[in-house]
Amino acid sequence: MEFLYNLMIPIIKVAVVFAVTLLHVAYATYFERKVIGRMQCRIGPTEVGPYGLLQPFADMFKSLFKEDIIPAKADKAVFFIAPVIVLAPTMSSLSVIPFAEGFMIADVNVGMLFILACASLSVYGIILAGWSSNSKYAFFGGMRSAAQVISYEIAMGISLASVFLMAGSVRLDEIVKAQYEYTFSMYAPHLLIGFVVFLIAAFAETNRTPFDLPEAETELVAGYLTEYSGFRYALFFLSEYVAMFIMSSIITLCFLGGWTIPRFITDILPFLSYVPGILWFLSKVYFFMFFYYWIRATIPRYRFDQLMAIGWKILIPLSLLNLLIVAFVKRFVID
Amino acid sequence: MLPQLFFAYFAVMILGLALVVITRRNMVHAVVWMLLMFVHIGGLYLFLNAEFFAVIQVIVYAGAVLVMFLFVVLLLNLREEQGLPIFIRGVQGRVIIGLILLLTLVSAAGQASKGQGGRFSIDYIQRQTHIKVLGSVLFNDYVYPFLIMGFILFVPMVAVVVLAIRRSNGSS
Repeated sequence: MEFLYNLMIPIIKVAVVFAVTLLHVAYATYFERKVIGRMQCRIGPTEVGPYGLLQPFADMFKSLFKEDIIPAKADKAVFFIAPVIVLAPTMSSLSVIPFAEGFMIADVNVGMLFILACASLSVYGIILAGWSSNSKYAFFGGMRSAAQVISYEIAMGISLASVFLMAGSVRLDEIVKAQYEYTFSMYAPHLLIGFVVFLIAAFAETNRTPFDLPEAETELVAGYLTEYSGFRYALFFLSEYVAMFIMSSIITLCFLGGWTIPRFITDILPFLSYVPGILWFLSKVYFFMFFYYWIRATIPRYRFDQLMAIGWKILIPLSLLNLLIVAFVKRFVID
Repeated sequence: MLPQLFFAYFAVMILGLALVVITRRNMVHAVVWMLLMFVHIGGLYLFLNAEFFAVIQVIVYAGAVLVMFLFVVLLLNLREEQGLPIFIRGVQGRVIIGLILLLTLVSAAGQASKGQGGRFSIDYIQRQTHIKVLGSVLFNDYVYPFLIMGFILFVPMVAVVVLAIRRSNGSS
């Protein structure tokens, strides 16, 4: 009986997190279209349901019923498995994110490193999708995307290393708890350079504007997605939005104090401490989701050499500098 | 019983996948199978309670080294070579050397013993977390070997940059 109980709790947690995340993806697309519509003086989707609220489901059913086209000379096995290779690690990195105090699916000691490992696995899906399509544009898109993701992963990892150093742990819940002791209850003002580097690298990691080179329509059609259609395309789309959610969660947990709010606010307004932590967590996450859309509506795309120069010549040295400063401060000032 | 089953699964899968990797004719397929093998090796580390090594195995080998393999395979463009009947013929010296090494390993396996315990008992490591213990040993007790390793890795990096610069000067 106890065995069953121990088995059921994680399964229920997984079901809840997956259901919420998939619903999040549906409404993240709606949110994006509304926000970008308003920024471009349009009103976005309005037709399906009240205020266009059912539009994501209309899109989902459309892509489910679309014809699944496979290029004649594609490497079928790899073509089929590529979207899965992208989606599976992305979804599994949700399992170590603490959404509120004590609520995470898997309580592992390596926490944040597990997410980095998952991120490095999903690169394969992109390269293989580009290669197996047997098309020039898809191949170029895949190569570009892989080069971009690998380059920005370095800057991301080093800027996160400064967070690990400050918190003395790679567990995400302990990082949040360690942050609570500092002024403002968040690392963002203390690790400002690391925060900015991570923020920029997060855009590049998820292939969003201004780093959406792999999908540059004018030169590469749709990059590695060119030959995908119907539900396989939807899988890539899904994993992009889940990855955005994960990146926003990491920023929230590592730099903005996760499910806590700054202590000086609860000192002034004590009733706010009764608000459940998940609300603070989600409001911070959705602020960053909004930030993603805001940037997309504002900034034009970089050229590929500019993108590589930003990654290797600016972000990586900056993150190393940040790590050095944090190491010295931690050793000689805090301890 | 359950631990043995887990170990058996990982051992059989790692060896089987290694065989699959070296028998693939399509190099890209070989790389994908190798990715699966690396993830299984990570699983084996996890089974040994070495969670940090499990994650590093995936980040470094699967995430960095194998991506480089994949890039090289894609750049070489081996479409014609796939049609060749067989790549290498006959018994070669390296095969014999490999077999001798394997024999040495197998014959030494019986003499393996548990390392010296000291203060690093399983209980101690679990209390301190794996990463902290590893870091304190690596950066306190073995700091000079660590620095020398870093220097050894730094030399080829400089060499690659020098070679690349010379190549680009020659062509222009």
